Amino acid sequence: MLARLFKSEPVYLFFRSPAAMLAAIVAILVLGGAIFAPLLASTDPYDLSSFSLMDGLLPPLWEGGNPRFLLGTDDQGRDMISAILYGARLSLTIGLMAMAVASVLGVGLGLAAGYFGGRFDAIVMRIADIQLALPAILTALLIDGISRGVLPPAIHQDLRVAVLTLAIALSLWVNFARTARASVFVERNKDYVQAAMIMGQHPVRVMLRHILPNIMGPLLVIMTVDLASAILLEATLSFLGIGLPADSPSLGTLIRIGMQFLLSGEWWILWVPTLFLVALVVSINVLGDFLRDVFNPRLR
Amino acid sequence: MLEIEGLTVQFPGRFGVFTAIDDVSLSVAAGEIHGLVGESGAGKSTIGAAIIGLLQPPGLVASGKMTLGETDLRSLSMSQAHELRGRRISMIFQDPQTSLNPLMTIADQLIETIQAHEDVSASEARDRSIALLEEIGIENAATRIKAYPHQFSGGMRQRVVIALALCTNPELIIADEPTTALDVAVQSQVLDLIRRLAKTRGIGFLLITHDIGVIAQITDNVTVLRGGQLMETGPTQKVLRTPDHDYTKSLMAAVPPLDRKLDRFLVPDSDAPDLAAPAGRSAADAEQWLTAGTQIFGEGLGMTDVTVKFSGNRTSLFSKPAAFTALDAVSLSVRPGSVMGLVGESGSGKSTIAKVLTGLVQPSAGQLYLGDNDLPPARARSRKDPSRRQIQMVFQDPYSSLNGRHRIGDILAEPLWHYGLEADADKRRDIAAAILDLVGLSADAIDRFPHQFSGGQRQRIAVARSLLARPSVLICDEPTSALDVSIQAQVLNLLKDLQARFGLTILFISHNLAVVRQMSDDVTVLKGGTIVETGPSEDFFTNPNAAYSRELLSLTPGMPGQ
Repeated sequence: MLARLFKSEPVYLFFRSPAAMLAAIVAILVLGGAIFAPLLASTDPYDLSSFSLMDGLLPPLWEGGNPRFLLGTDDQGRDMISAILYGARLSLTIGLMAMAVASVLGVGLGLAAGYFGGRFDAIVMRIADIQLALPAILTALLIDGISRGVLPPAIHQDLRVAVLTLAIALSLWVNFARTARASVFVERNKDYVQAAMIMGQHPVRVMLRHILPNIMGPLLVIMTVDLASAILLEATLSFLGIGLPADSPSLGTLIRIGMQFLLSGEWWILWVPTLFLVALVVSINVLGDFLRDVFNPRLR
Repeated sequence: MLEIEGLTVQFPGRFGVFTAIDDVSLSVAAGEIHGLVGESGAGKSTIGAAIIGLLQPPGLVASGKMTLGETDLRSLSMSQAHELRGRRISMIFQDPQTSLNPLMTIADQLIETIQAHEDVSASEARDRSIALLEEIGIENAATRIKAYPHQFSGGMRQRVVIALALCTNPELIIADEPTTALDVAVQSQVLDLIRRLAKTRGIGFLLITHDIGVIAQITDNVTVLRGGQLMETGPTQKVLRTPDHDYTKSLMAAVPPLDRKLDRFLVPDSDAPDLAAPAGRSAADAEQWLTAGTQIFGEGLGMTDVTVKFSGNRTSLFSKPAAFTALDAVSLSVRPGSVMGLVGESGSGKSTIAKVLTGLVQPSAGQLYLGDNDLPPARARSRKDPSRRQIQMVFQDPYSSLNGRHRIGDILAEPLWHYGLEADADKRRDIAAAILDLVGLSADAIDRFPHQFSGGQRQRIAVARSLLARPSVLICDEPTSALDVSIQAQVLNLLKDLQARFGLTILFISHNLAVVRQMSDDVTVLKGGTIVETGPSEDFFTNPNAAYSRELLSLTPGMPGQ
């Protein structure tokens, strides 16, 4: 089984693409750091009592900082490494969840629209068009605003992550729906799908068991690319102050905090989380491009 | 004129070097039509590409000599080879739909080609183009030349492609399956044109095809290839009538003759496994299971006055699009346990009949029946309707009719599960293995994926899947037209055996009259959505009634005097 995997085309091409391998290494390091943050971080950035103001604004080690804080600290005395690891954990969680929600919603609607066609297809696709006309940030602001109005403040605080996830998912599902629909249009007229339809199989079974496995290629590509978009969108929203608060900082929140110190000489508070975010997003995008090339042999 | 000696073409790859052409020699004289015949993968097109210098990388000519006149084709530089292409060697491709640029008029394409090779004025090039179009039989060439490719029919387009190949006065034209995408009537016109050009202009043709009928009709000499190796070469009449090589003999035996009906085809090198099937999973078990049910095999199938209309192109935003009539009041009746052949050119409505019967297309009028009962049309046919099981279909393209993501065992178990024929998953697996033995595949195929099988093996799996529903009617839509002749013979033998054993009713749709003659008891001829003629098969082939049927029969290329 494993031997066959290593002989397969994608794996073979992967080991011949330095960019894809480098991107995969960066992505795995970040993911590992995020998952094992509680073990790796020297301090808990959520525990305000664990850090002291005396350690505030320490520069990174090579600029003459304290060996306890390799990449320096922020104004609260919070260790930058710990904050970034925990921030990446939050960003990745929200990104992955938003991507999952968006793909289930988008692929489901796209499959059904492509399979049934006609009026249902027209309605779904017009909704998608409207969604595309609204900038993602606007959608997110709208949902955030509505949830603030509808939910009591206490509950709203608890549900911040969920609201953020939903807001991001709602602005990303269109990609999935359009890709799935276009692929279904191609697959639907193939004989194996016709054979299943002639048998009188339930439409849901035809869609999930017969069509879906055959259109996973393009969907996987969209998933990777949209994961990067989701992480960026979360960072944007947090940067604008409608995402996560300063006491549970995601990467976006860290960058917002760092902005205040940009001109006062404490550059590391801004640059370290920013570079980290860029590395993460670029590596995911490179992997997505690699997957797209693999699944679309005409581009090779 | 063209001399090839010991040509070897190799494709270096990840898993070693693949030798596509192995030590092949052939020659084409001026005015000669040289046929290159073989099954898919034999390397026919690779030879053509090697001659014209357009081998797909990483393919390379490893050894051998290729000369055209005095020119050594292997020693040419890139720009010299480019200069030679078109001027001395031209090419005609299979599909006239894609070998012309749809955005350029015929005039532009011809003038561009002429001017690319000769320094002449546009008006002179235009005059030459018009003369050329007249020569290849396009009437009103002076006005037709301004048209776009889509304004020509398929056959006319292939003539234009030939005109493009001719317009630089080449010595050699490589025609790669030039008539495969065309109907018989158009095919014979294009073949006549090729023969005339060889005679009048003294052009040498290298005609690549898999169709022995075409070879028999127009070639002077023929070379038979298999797996990149030369099997036999010589004058066409000699090679086809009294072949020396065993492979050529078996190839000839596998070609369905038009002029008589065979009981079975001879398939000498069969790929059927020799190993005995395990107990409980043998062909006998499958047969026992298939006949064990309460259903009756072989029920009659028919339709009366069925009309199908598709909505055509919308010409105005506010008017309803005009309807296109695909079937016009067609009545058809297949006797229980018999095979009805359905023939006609492309666009005659053959596949639409299959789609109406299987419930994929809604007829606008008419009744369907199965046995003594009414068969509900598409929208009225519920998912649980018994006819969903009784009518099964075998598709044309075995590469798309099996879901590539499922294992063979799952594909075969699906009808058993879906129709509730076998509740136990282990038993379903046993039956799937048994039916594989019945259709001549080994039982270990069950855990493999469709892409691990050849086209013929896949078509056997597709037949096995349709049988597992315990059907009474099988609709075969061009079941062998995507297959090579020797594999076609195997699949046809299989269908014949199964039909005889289980008394199935089969509606056999094909454009190939020779295949239909081998298979059917009755024949129905369709043209433009209406029935031209229907009657017993042998009567149709020996003494056709309708003028259209006679034309169709006379145009079909047959084997030489068997």
